[in-house]
Amino acid sequence: MKIAVLSGKGGTGKTLVSVNLASVTKESIYIDCDIEEPNGHLFFKPKNYVLESISVKIPIVDERLCSGCRICVDFCKFNALAFIINKLIVFDDVCHSCGGCIVFCPEKALSEKDKLIGIAQCGVSENVTVVTGTLNVGESSGVPIIKKLLKDFPLGKEFIFIDCPPGSACIVMESIKDADYCIIVAEPTLFGVHNLNMVYELVKLFNKPNGVVLNKCLEGENPSEKFCLEKDIRILGRIPFDQELGKLNSNALIAVRENQTYRDLFSSLLQTVTKEVQHETVTNP
Amino acid sequence: MKIAIPVDDKSMETSVCQSFGRTPYYLIYDTESQVSIFLDNSAVASQGGAGIKAAQTIVDNQVHALITPRCGENAAKVLMAADIMLYKTINTSIKDNIAALNNGKLSLLEDIHPGFHGHGG
Repeated sequence: MKIAVLSGKGGTGKTLVSVNLASVTKESIYIDCDIEEPNGHLFFKPKNYVLESISVKIPIVDERLCSGCRICVDFCKFNALAFIINKLIVFDDVCHSCGGCIVFCPEKALSEKDKLIGIAQCGVSENVTVVTGTLNVGESSGVPIIKKLLKDFPLGKEFIFIDCPPGSACIVMESIKDADYCIIVAEPTLFGVHNLNMVYELVKLFNKPNGVVLNKCLEGENPSEKFCLEKDIRILGRIPFDQELGKLNSNALIAVRENQTYRDLFSSLLQTVTKEVQHETVTNP
Repeated sequence: MKIAIPVDDKSMETSVCQSFGRTPYYLIYDTESQVSIFLDNSAVASQGGAGIKAAQTIVDNQVHALITPRCGENAAKVLMAADIMLYKTINTSIKDNIAALNNGKLSLLEDIHPGFHGHGG
C-alpha cells in the first residue's frame, strides 16, 4: 500500500511521521518527495547509495531553419517561447517539456536537448529502502523528479511511504496522485489549522481516503483537533509535544529505533492506518 | 516615439496598473501625434509566462519605450532583446508619467524582479 504523508506547512512533522512509520514496519520503502529540501536521508543515513541524474527535454532552435511563423510561440500555453527581431528565444525555466513546439514546427527548426534538473538516490537503512530526490537549486519545477521517483523505484514492498513536499501545489499533487491513503499531519495552532484546511481540500479533490495525525499535542485546546471534529475527519493518532522526542529528532535519530515508548506509539499508528487502508479497499475497491 | 504603459482601464483618466505582465490593458501612446490606443492584454490569464507574452505584444506594436512600476526578468529579457527602453513610473497618473517622459524626468527602471510565479503581484 502506498501511503502519502503531507501537511500544509513545513515543520509540522511529515518527515517525523513517515520516517518513523517506515521504520516500525517489517520492511518498507520510504520515498522523499520533498525534492526542494529532502531531509529523510539525514535520519536513515542509507548505505550503498546509488545515484541517477534526472533531466528534462527542452527545445533548441536551429536559426537557419526557423521561418518566423510563430506557430510554436502561439502553441505554448506557458509562453516559454518569444519571437523577437527575427530571433526565437526559448525560456528554459518556463518550459514544461511537453514537446508540442517541436511537433508543430513546420520547418523542423526545433529539436530536443537534455537539461539536467536534479538527482535521484536509492540506498538501504536496515529494514527500509530509502529513495531521495533532489532538485537543483534555481530550478522551478520538481514534478519530473517526483514522477521518476514514484515510477522507477517502488519494487512491490508491502508498505511504501511517500514523504510529500509541504503545501498544496503541483509537486504535492504529483506526490499523492497514486497514493492509496493520505495521512495529514497537523499542529495545534491557528496557522496550522489554516494549512490543514488547504491540504484537506486537496485530498478531497483527489478523492483520497485520509486521516489526520495530531502532532505536538499539549494539554488544553487543540485548534486542529477541533477542526477535525467539525469536519468529521478521522483522527489517526496523537504525538505529544515531548522534549525527549524533540531531542532524538534534532539529533537526526529515528525515535522508534531508540525508544520503546515511541516504537509502541508508531506501531499502533501503523496498525490504525493499515486497518483504514484495508477498510477503504473493501468498501471502495 | 511610441510608448506603452500598463493601465487598469481603457481611459486616459485611469491608473497605471501595478503589474506589467498581468495588467488588463496597455496604453500605446505616440508622443508626436499624441494618438492613444488601448490594447487588451491577452497574457492576463496565462497559466505561466505572462510577462513573456505581454512583452511579445509590446514588441509587436513597435513600441520604443515602456513606462511601468515594475517588470520581471523574463519580460525584461524580451524587451531588452528588442532594444525597448524601460522607465519607472513616478506615480499612478498616466498624464503625469507622459509629461515626465516628455520633460526627460523619468529614470530608467533598474530593479528587475525575479518574478512572482503565481505567488503575488
